[in-house]
Amino acid sequence: MSDRTLTHLRALEAESIHILREVVAEFEKPVMLYSIGKDSSVMVRLAQKAFYPGKIPFPLLHIDTTYKFREMIEFRDRFCAAIGAHLIVHTNTEAIGSGANPFRLGTRKCCDLLKTRSLLDALAEGGFDAAFGGARRDEEKSRAKERVYSFRDSFGQWDPKNQRPELWNLYNSRIDKGETIRIFPLSNWTELDVWNYIHAENIPIVPLYFAKPRSMVVRGDSLIPVEQEIPLLPGEHAQTVMCRMRSLGCSPCTGAIRSEADTLPKIIDEMIAVRRSERENRVIDHDQDGSMELKKREGYF
Amino acid sequence: MELLRFTTAGSVDDGKSTLIGRLLYDSKTVYEDQLASVRKATTNQTTKGLDLSLLTDGLRAEREQGITIDVAYRYFATPRRKFIIADTPGHEQYTRNMATGASTADLAIVLIDARYGVLAQSRLHAYIAALLGIPHLVVAVNKMDLVDFRELAFLGIRDQFAEFARKLNLHEVQFIPLSALEGDNVVKRSGRTPWYRGPSLLDHLETVPIARDRNLDDLRFPVQYVIRPNLDFRGFAGQVASGVIRKGDTVQVLPSGKTSRVKSLVTYDGELEEAFSPMSVTVCLEDEIDISRGDMLAHPDNLPDSSRRFEANLVWMSGKPLEPHRPLLLKHTTTVVQARIPEIRHRMDVHSLTPVPANQLHLNEIGFVLVESQRPLFCDSYTRNRQTGSFILIDPISNDTLAAGMISGPEALTPAGPVTAEDRAARIGHRPHLILLPNADAATAQEVERALFDHGYLVYRTDDFGDGKAAADAGLVGLVFGPEARVSDSTILSVTDSTSDEIFRALHSVGLL
Repeated sequence: MSDRTLTHLRALEAESIHILREVVAEFEKPVMLYSIGKDSSVMVRLAQKAFYPGKIPFPLLHIDTTYKFREMIEFRDRFCAAIGAHLIVHTNTEAIGSGANPFRLGTRKCCDLLKTRSLLDALAEGGFDAAFGGARRDEEKSRAKERVYSFRDSFGQWDPKNQRPELWNLYNSRIDKGETIRIFPLSNWTELDVWNYIHAENIPIVPLYFAKPRSMVVRGDSLIPVEQEIPLLPGEHAQTVMCRMRSLGCSPCTGAIRSEADTLPKIIDEMIAVRRSERENRVIDHDQDGSMELKKREGYF
Repeated sequence: MELLRFTTAGSVDDGKSTLIGRLLYDSKTVYEDQLASVRKATTNQTTKGLDLSLLTDGLRAEREQGITIDVAYRYFATPRRKFIIADTPGHEQYTRNMATGASTADLAIVLIDARYGVLAQSRLHAYIAALLGIPHLVVAVNKMDLVDFRELAFLGIRDQFAEFARKLNLHEVQFIPLSALEGDNVVKRSGRTPWYRGPSLLDHLETVPIARDRNLDDLRFPVQYVIRPNLDFRGFAGQVASGVIRKGDTVQVLPSGKTSRVKSLVTYDGELEEAFSPMSVTVCLEDEIDISRGDMLAHPDNLPDSSRRFEANLVWMSGKPLEPHRPLLLKHTTTVVQARIPEIRHRMDVHSLTPVPANQLHLNEIGFVLVESQRPLFCDSYTRNRQTGSFILIDPISNDTLAAGMISGPEALTPAGPVTAEDRAARIGHRPHLILLPNADAATAQEVERALFDHGYLVYRTDDFGDGKAAADAGLVGLVFGPEARVSDSTILSVTDSTSDEIFRALHSVGLL
């Protein structure tokens, strides 16, 4: 007879499934923000588990900035078709039409238009009152203080000083019309937990996470993919580097890391050894001091 | 690898952030780029060395004020366990944050500054840990470097705290002398405390047995969601709150009282023979019974209490005070019901930790109340079951979370036999008093009566000594003024002043006002 204990991954899984079910039971119209990254892949698997043998009872929403890697879009379409998920893709076509891109506008304004604005529009258009996101508290300092149920006012804004206390597993789902709640079922997962779970569960992920020789521009300590037409600085040119993506965003703003890890066990070993945090390669977090907190207040994931 | 959730509490400047920074740093959870920004910030503020507390001080507003203002969650792992830290600020006005962090914790660390000993706040932190039912407590006597690692300093604090902990029924208390700043006894045993034989803090966190903390005796399965993808499948999804459910078990459905047998325990990964707390599963029954969200499955020979009126401890978390009888929403397991608080039995004074009368509960106050819900709740006492003994209160207008509640039990039924003085004091919320005001006139006595009443006392004013004594015998405060109050009896409180100000001062000096 076992002593009836759960491993930490199974305990986290049970907690996340509880959250997913609670939201579907208590909200009118939930949606899952699907970013195609590894955390989204885990979140989708947890949703499959939560409602098995039924289908996932809400759509997946992808905010497409049109600056995503081609491999991400291919993966998205193949994956959603395979699991029978209902996928909604939303793009701020107006901003794209008027030429929004990170090189012209700077990353802050570009994110604001193509991600934050686009997301708020998509939520309003769909009439969604709850949106699942794959953010984890270990990613960034301001996320460490965010609740599992993160209340947003009718402008989609987060007020870090006025969050509802969250006790036990008793979540307060009460909102008025026009207000929404962002739900973070992976709040208590770390990056390593996510990788271990992907490995244990054999969850499909975008191949960009695995190391292979790729064409890159080397700028300072950063490796920038030559996927989009990046304006090169004098003396810069593309070169082939053995590398992989540690987190996925828009291709102009996502750096790669030099790595030989081309399998999940190698990635996990690399994670255990690594001493650099994962968002470091995301340019947008460093554009001003406390920048993630500012973006969140304005309604970013 | 097991998961251990713990919470930390300390007074301002006890070195709590430094301790957490030290655990993260020494367990190699801190990444180099985060460390680099701490180095940068440290030099900005011209502090010597690496300020580890900066690793955990999250929000901009906090960095500006130099204090932690909300619960922050941190993660680290060793080869033996994964840890989730609920890092809560210790300043007493933030009781609600500590209660929040404590609600899911297996263990609490209370920090005490070796130089100052057990403060009122340390006692409050231990009290909240006990109230929220945290099974294990660590008293970290920090800043031992500032008292030259003297054993006597440590032992003095240990004895003082242990006496207090006994009163709170806190049994599992581990005392550890340490220096978060210099790392002594945090990860490794320190050579500077040769007199200390216990484990380092991390050793203790890695080995304290937590598997038995869960209630695996009483099956409670609150139905969360009904899964019905087609006509052939009808499953009741939920997280096992406590106990074990097995295939073939006879279960009773509450509130209908109908029974059936467990046909299967369904998961995405295949069917199970048994499921236990805290697994999330889907239960299929042999019989077609109408079951919906908010119902509960339990074994017929071990049912929870079913009650509409019950007593509970409340931690009030809203700026808007609790006033009895206001309509509220109550969330308990997977149920939301209308509820109200007909009566505040008493409030806990957080300095003396003794019950005092109260008409209201304010932000960060803790009270013992009677709760009345519109429908019966299927609950257990919080000390027996943290899942089915807990609830939150929600404001139906503002939607804010107002309070955390810990159920003590169904409303105490009047025991057989005569009503005792203790029974009256428990009902009224204060002890009886007889107060004599021989030199006060009727107007002054009326002012005194009002002041006592507004303070929460049930007071009766009279110029008849017999009536006043009868009021005190009935458990009230009898206030006798005028000539009949000229009784010489040293056992009765007599205030010989004549003006209301003087009388207030006198009553204040004996602790009544």
